Amino acid sequence: MESLMTDRRGVLQRLGTTGLSFLLPCMSQAAAGRRGNDRPASLIVLWMNGGMSQLETWDPHPGTVSGGLTKAISTSAQGVQISHLLPKMAEQMHECLLIRSLHSKEGDHERGAAFVRTGYNPEPTLSYPTLGSVIARQLPQASLQIPPYILLNPRIPVPEGGYLGNEWNAFRVFRPGEKVANLTATVPDERLQRRLQGLDVVGREFARRRPLAEQLTLQQDLTRRAVQMMQSEQLAAFQLDEEPATLQDSYGRTDFGRGCLVARRLVETGVRVVEVTLPGFDTHISNHEGHITQCQILDPAMSALLHDLRQRDLLQSVIVLCISEFGRTPRINPADGRDHWPGWFSCVVAGGGFRRGAVLGATSAEIPTGDPPGPQDPISVPEVYATILSQLGIDGSQEVITPVGRPIRFASATPNLRLLHSGS
Amino acid sequence: MRWLTWISLPVLALLLAAVVQTAGSVEAPLSPPAAVPEAQRLDAAVEQLNQHFQQRWQQAGLQPVAHADELTVFRRISLALFGCVPALAEIKAFEQDQQPNRLDRWIVRMLQDERFGRYFADRLARSLTGVEQGPLFIFRRDRLRDWLAEQLLADASWGRMTRDLIAAEGLWTDQPAANFITIARMENEELDETKLAGRTVRAFLGQRIDCAQCHDHPFDPQWQQPHFEGLAAWYCQATVSLAGVTDFDRDKADQPVVYRITEPGRDNQAGRTVDPAVPFNADWLPTTGSLRSRLAAWVTHPQNRRFERAIANRIWGLMVGRPLQDPVDDLPHPEDSAAPDALDLLGAEFRQRGERLSVLIRLIALSQPYQLSSESTEQDVLLLRQQQQQWAVFPLVRLRPEQVIGSLFQAGRVRMVDQNSHPLIRFQKLTSENDFIQEYGDAGEDELNPQSGTITQSLLKMNGRFTAESLKVDLLSGPAEVLQLSPDDTAVIENSFLMCLTRRPAAAEQQYFLEQLKDNRKQAVEDLFWALFNSPEFSWNH
Repeated sequence: MESLMTDRRGVLQRLGTTGLSFLLPCMSQAAAGRRGNDRPASLIVLWMNGGMSQLETWDPHPGTVSGGLTKAISTSAQGVQISHLLPKMAEQMHECLLIRSLHSKEGDHERGAAFVRTGYNPEPTLSYPTLGSVIARQLPQASLQIPPYILLNPRIPVPEGGYLGNEWNAFRVFRPGEKVANLTATVPDERLQRRLQGLDVVGREFARRRPLAEQLTLQQDLTRRAVQMMQSEQLAAFQLDEEPATLQDSYGRTDFGRGCLVARRLVETGVRVVEVTLPGFDTHISNHEGHITQCQILDPAMSALLHDLRQRDLLQSVIVLCISEFGRTPRINPADGRDHWPGWFSCVVAGGGFRRGAVLGATSAEIPTGDPPGPQDPISVPEVYATILSQLGIDGSQEVITPVGRPIRFASATPNLRLLHSGS
Repeated sequence: MRWLTWISLPVLALLLAAVVQTAGSVEAPLSPPAAVPEAQRLDAAVEQLNQHFQQRWQQAGLQPVAHADELTVFRRISLALFGCVPALAEIKAFEQDQQPNRLDRWIVRMLQDERFGRYFADRLARSLTGVEQGPLFIFRRDRLRDWLAEQLLADASWGRMTRDLIAAEGLWTDQPAANFITIARMENEELDETKLAGRTVRAFLGQRIDCAQCHDHPFDPQWQQPHFEGLAAWYCQATVSLAGVTDFDRDKADQPVVYRITEPGRDNQAGRTVDPAVPFNADWLPTTGSLRSRLAAWVTHPQNRRFERAIANRIWGLMVGRPLQDPVDDLPHPEDSAAPDALDLLGAEFRQRGERLSVLIRLIALSQPYQLSSESTEQDVLLLRQQQQQWAVFPLVRLRPEQVIGSLFQAGRVRMVDQNSHPLIRFQKLTSENDFIQEYGDAGEDELNPQSGTITQSLLKMNGRFTAESLKVDLLSGPAEVLQLSPDDTAVIENSFLMCLTRRPAAAEQQYFLEQLKDNRKQAVEDLFWALFNSPEFSWNH
């Protein structure tokens, strides 16, 4: 059992020599050249912020009161139908496992997102790490000079590292495809060198008087890594200049479309977890119209991403997960909207050994009265996460002792083999 | 474009006013604070506290390090009370003040400063209501914060404030303490009594009992599941409506409102009734009053040692960055037979002097552990840890996000950024703080937990606009003023170090930066400020 409490002896092993040797040469990058299973595994999360309606996307009930105006169309997966608002994704469903029976108790955005992003019910006294933080921490990648966990177009302000610590928070990029803020020095190289020399002089004086305590702060190590990142060739992964215009068109010229394309470039570079947010799903008013707009952004981007990953032989090692904090009510409210519905909602998983062209779980078209009965064949969010961890080679049952002395497992459930290709 | 001119004129006027305000000498005309009246002196309590720590060190076989210089302690206090490093004008005035009992006099003055009220209210609000947004309209964090600031500046009793918070009645705007209750309103418009019970015990008694909602506390037999349920029941009559927070009128109701718990999977759908109860010393409960006012009286009862120990531990945490006992809100049960520890000593003085937070702040700041240096030559990690745990050396503690941006903003200016500053500067500070924290990452509710640094934070400090704005040598900036008003390059460097690090440069630093200033002085000063802002020393309490 690993303890996160106080012992930081390992810290010293991470430190180089004292003082600031900032100008480290960039390491060679081999990850981009590797394909298939012979490359580091990664996860791309497509986060549908605000609560995506399952009825207008992955779980339509056409011709019923709860189904509203949404029709169902056949897909490339035999016997699987999805919303007519996602025609391009319909052509990619043979790559995907569709789960229609996720469920949660949390109907508030903040708490719902906390549960779905961590797999644990939110608690006032312990902050859990997101799935991304756990993966980034457990799968270190020595050749990576940029952060292992990156959020593109993020909307949720909550830090991701939880009890693992801030160092496992995600790196946030607010306008994917554009120049990333704060990664470039505000002065020319020569002047930056002078500034770093000045910093070295001041840093040495502080360290001289308290050498060990100063080393344990890791402050100079952080600066060194930040400078290394500023000079890394891997930063090119954030840019889209090298991508053909037709490919950029296929993803869609939207923040989300650009985010999905940047996500592909980042995982090719070796980044472990990329989360791309599509905001705007909180459709309490005019839900159907809202989802027409949302699907026009999601459909090209997600389908192009899956196609692109397959073309590049990356879908074996990259898992793509499209998920939301909860679903939306079967009942359509007087404003033609749908409200929050944690009772059941859908997610789509592709790649990484997950089942292809399959559906798990089902929901009723009836509008529930009183306590909802729950979905058929319920699958829990923690089960999905334990399975993802296991596919990435991480033991979700491993316990760590949190800073408050409480042992916690990375996943609160065990992997569900029915989600996997071999378990079908 | 005439309209643009008209719009620009007021802005220009504001800018000019700000220039006029910032112009002048680097030397500040701050007068020394008045003497602290004899009756308010804390010498005996400080001495008692010091003896306690000296015994601790002796028993552990530890030798405390030397005292820090008073300017370093002044920086610590400014960071704790104002959330930023002291202004150059304050440093100069502090150094010129050679009258006795300097530190205590300055602390007393700082406790009357609007910056203290606002900053410390923010810290207390976090411990009372966390950082969640809360229900729209009926939770007003701003009103709660303003009320806390007023109470702090009036040096009000923490016991009274606690009773106001727990038993608050009225609208969340008129009676801001009521926001302690309204934040617990759920989507179904009912109050979450379990959340209120957990928060009450954590914030006021320093104990995490939230786990007892489902099972007994794993380490502390004092707290079992029935205790949690009994505490939650004290809130069962509270309700939030358009009239604000009220208690159900038991006399008018057909049946008294009771706390009922339903458990999934049990046949008993009506649930079981739980009576209000406390885990210990029920004899402290008054027999009359609303349920919440009775709970409030029990929490703050003069014999409830947990109450004073909890707030003493939190204030220590806010002064140092690390609580005396970690975590700040999970203290062990105080044994009746044990000799008084540091929390008891702090708590006793706090109780004796009207339960005022100012007493705790001064007592901690004047104590020997707080005044020790952070310099240690210890080479063994475990021995250094032991020194730090026993407070035989001042620990290095990473500044919280709001302290980093507060210091960055203040260090870029010669004078204090306070209620007397130009509105434009105050507005700029407010927006900078919000934007910076959003990018840097908020420390969250448990802001006294150890926080590790991130690359994002380093990149923001190195290349972000906040640093660029604070170091720029232009019309309104502190670096420009330092460059213009310092008599020579030695003074430029010295003033820059004082503004950013609250110390003078060492010989090697002085020599290096003097050399740099020989070429392009403007650039060299900007580069000097950049180096100081990005130094570990700037971002840590030490």
